[in-house]
Amino acid sequence: MAETIKEVISRNVWKENQGLRQILGICSSLAVTNLMTNSMVMGLGLTFVTAFSSLTISLLRNAIPHRIRMIVQTLIIASYVILVDIFLQANFTDISKALGPYVGLIITNCIIMGRAEAFAQKNTPVLSMLDGLFAGVGYTIVLLIIAFFRELLGFGTLFGFDVNFIGFETWTIMVMAPAAFFLIGTLIWITSNIFAPGKSKK
Amino acid sequence: MFTDGINPLIIFFASILTSNMILSNFLGMCSYISISGEYKTASSLGKSVTLVMVFTTILNFGVYKLIIVPLGLEYLQYILFIIIIAATVQIIEMAMDRLLPDLHVKLGIFLPLITVNCAILGTTLFMVIRDYNFVQSLLFGLGSGLGWWLAISALAAIREQMAKTKLPKGLEGPGIAFIITGIMALAFIGFSGIFTIT
Repeated sequence: MAETIKEVISRNVWKENQGLRQILGICSSLAVTNLMTNSMVMGLGLTFVTAFSSLTISLLRNAIPHRIRMIVQTLIIASYVILVDIFLQANFTDISKALGPYVGLIITNCIIMGRAEAFAQKNTPVLSMLDGLFAGVGYTIVLLIIAFFRELLGFGTLFGFDVNFIGFETWTIMVMAPAAFFLIGTLIWITSNIFAPGKSKK
Repeated sequence: MFTDGINPLIIFFASILTSNMILSNFLGMCSYISISGEYKTASSLGKSVTLVMVFTTILNFGVYKLIIVPLGLEYLQYILFIIIIAATVQIIEMAMDRLLPDLHVKLGIFLPLITVNCAILGTTLFMVIRDYNFVQSLLFGLGSGLGWWLAISALAAIREQMAKTKLPKGLEGPGIAFIITGIMALAFIGFSGIFTIT
């Protein structure tokens, strides 16, 4: 049963948002949500890798033997991650340094493998690419929401610009790790209330 | 190669307490959240992760120093590391099946999962970026694994108790797991200042 493009978009960005509804891919990206710029770069990198690895895996879906598909998929994903890493090192050296090992860790981000297994295996290349693209976009939005609160309250800035007009005291906790956990927990709480009102998911 | 840099013991304790893989580096979250409902299972997974982490860190250290650096293959490092991790997991699984069948029954189902655990690749990448020597890498791998085990066991124990209580709507499952993790991370900040690694 093939989905239309519109369904693919709404499912990935909203209804089954990978970060909040599926709780996937938290691993490699939560660490960079203390600054919006870093989150943006990370989100774009992830979107690129997801879109193109979904495309490639979908193109090769009939050529890859089923038993070794995991390792083939991992290699495809790793190749695209290397592209992103080299691109960032060449053009955005500071950001690349700030992201440190987290760019390489896109390889083990469960979203990419998840989309490959759940969608790209069975669908046409163009649709798979869109699926990957919007899974990435939906995820980037989540990262940016978390980063918005962390950067605003932790540094009083947004994308590096000072927006602390009223001069409030910045919250050190927002810069540190626990804040990211609290924020994502709260976001999951809010979204699961929107999607399953009255019914609790165990 | 063996004596320079930060004291390996400091790295060991710091990677358990102050630079915990989960609580301060956010690595290995997927399995951490999804397999922490039950204390016993979580603890077994923690043991497997520790085991795999020690082996892969040593092997990846060897590959990095003896193959990647001399041949100038830095741009291929991700591919090499991930292949080594996948192969190590496979070999450990086969060896365990032969030598320790009891343990294999207990941990076997988790081993394939560990290949895609970000904490494993993360440990290797941190090791490369911080340029650790052999002893430092070994203790860093061991400490990171133990720290991961500690965090997932603690979360699972809390969640087992939490299952008996009534939670606000929508907060059950992953939601509360993240908030508990946040509180745990806050508690672990208390250790900062005892050991520091960058």
